[in-house]
Amino acid sequence: MCLLLSFGSRFPVRLMTNSTSDFDGTGKVSGASSEQGLNGYARTPLYDMHLQLDAKMVPFAGYEMPVQYGLGVMGEHLHTREKAGLFDVSHMGQAQLFPEDPDSDVAPVFEALVPGGIISLKERGIRYTQLTNQDGGILDDLMVTRFGNTLWLVVNAACKNDDFAHIAQSLVGKARLSVENRALLSLQGPLAEAVLKEHLPAAADLAFMQACHADYQGEKVIISRCGYTGEDGFEISLPNDMATNFASLLLKNDAVAPIGLGARDSLRLEAGLCLYGHDIDTGTTPVEADLMWSVPRRRRESLDFPGAHKVSQQLSQKPDRLRVGIQPEGRAPAREGTEIHDMDNNPIGRITSGGFAPSLQAPIAMGYVSAAHAAPGTQVQLIIRGKPMLAKISSMPFVEHKYLRTKS
Amino acid sequence: MSKKFTKDHEWISLEGDLARIGITDYAQEQLGDVVFVELPEAGRQVEQGNDAAVVESVKAASEVYAPVSGEIVEPNVKLEDEPALVNQDPAEGGWFFTMKVSNPDELNDLMDEAAYADYVKELG
Repeated sequence: MCLLLSFGSRFPVRLMTNSTSDFDGTGKVSGASSEQGLNGYARTPLYDMHLQLDAKMVPFAGYEMPVQYGLGVMGEHLHTREKAGLFDVSHMGQAQLFPEDPDSDVAPVFEALVPGGIISLKERGIRYTQLTNQDGGILDDLMVTRFGNTLWLVVNAACKNDDFAHIAQSLVGKARLSVENRALLSLQGPLAEAVLKEHLPAAADLAFMQACHADYQGEKVIISRCGYTGEDGFEISLPNDMATNFASLLLKNDAVAPIGLGARDSLRLEAGLCLYGHDIDTGTTPVEADLMWSVPRRRRESLDFPGAHKVSQQLSQKPDRLRVGIQPEGRAPAREGTEIHDMDNNPIGRITSGGFAPSLQAPIAMGYVSAAHAAPGTQVQLIIRGKPMLAKISSMPFVEHKYLRTKS
Repeated sequence: MSKKFTKDHEWISLEGDLARIGITDYAQEQLGDVVFVELPEAGRQVEQGNDAAVVESVKAASEVYAPVSGEIVEPNVKLEDEPALVNQDPAEGGWFFTMKVSNPDELNDLMDEAAYADYVKELG
């Protein structure tokens, strides 16, 4: 199904299903509608492959998704760190944003909705940023890639309908959003480049946070060198009807194993990356969430994004609370929701993501604490099943990022 | 005596009035890699169905209930350093605790091995 959000039209924004969408100006129309399972959950184009691979399927963001395969969460996590893991992330939202005036650049128009530097994005460069609301709250976090005078957007599955409606409504008359129903695969790990370049040689020419178009069997694919694991890796956007064949091809390589949502979560937690709806949401700002590395000085000075006044105020007066890493001292994992106390038993915050780090063989967590307790090394207590457990504030990532930074 | 099983996927084997408790192979399979086990202290009184222990995988935490009432005698402290024993040997070395059973009649309500096998089969 293609959702075409047209900016030319008046509110309400039209969500046209089964409409055609001109993906890249070549006149090609993207493929079939995403299947709906009997239980009301949507299915990605790889659904049948997941079942053949004996995946344990769970509901996630309105989709029926694999949480783990035969290796199990621990095995899949370690495999990704050592070799290469293949993730189906087709549930995520993909869209292309065009300027209403074809002779203009859409970057300045879109920049008004996010605190990140979008104008400064070089051709085929990728940027991580957030959609913010008027209070500085985070509506979603997303990846933005420049292709000419257009932008390619990849947003979270659970937020995609709201995001696309928000972008469409906010940019009426200035930009046109084409929501693309395509498959999205992610290949992550130290052997990802070696595996992928056998099928898509262009992958090897990309630097980290760089993307390109490539032809694959006569169809256009988008290769982006980025990911959500802390490893070097790629995301490959391709037509739905090619997804299963391409994934099977990658899985034929012994270095590649299919990886479910369980290990995706433990990998991103070790990498210190936020999970929307847990570590960030409309109640947290980019300052509180310690995401100001993604806001360039120019935007901090121009203050021309939604919620800029709040961000500016928090930058000058320090926010009340901050997102931090937390390392429990014992073996007990501290899960989402766990209360954090200072050493005098006063509540100072809560865990927003927590679990066991397979690469460290120890529990790790992230959460928000009052700014006075946010310095790495600060001792705190976690209230686990009613009992206080010692922990300390830790810098992140917990496991060093291994992004490729040399190519350009 | 042979083992009895609960609907919560615990096994219990009784020798005299001392019972040994663990989780089933099906349970460990569902949990995935066990990374942490919290055990009850010796001497603690538990009622049938009370929380008695906690078992955690990478992803989630689950409770282990007391299958019968009684007094905890010995926690399997080996699991504290080697929680993976629950996955490797759930029916023997991966036991959780022993307890003195206060009301042996409570065992009558539990499933025998064949009934439990049918129960698991129904779960798919």
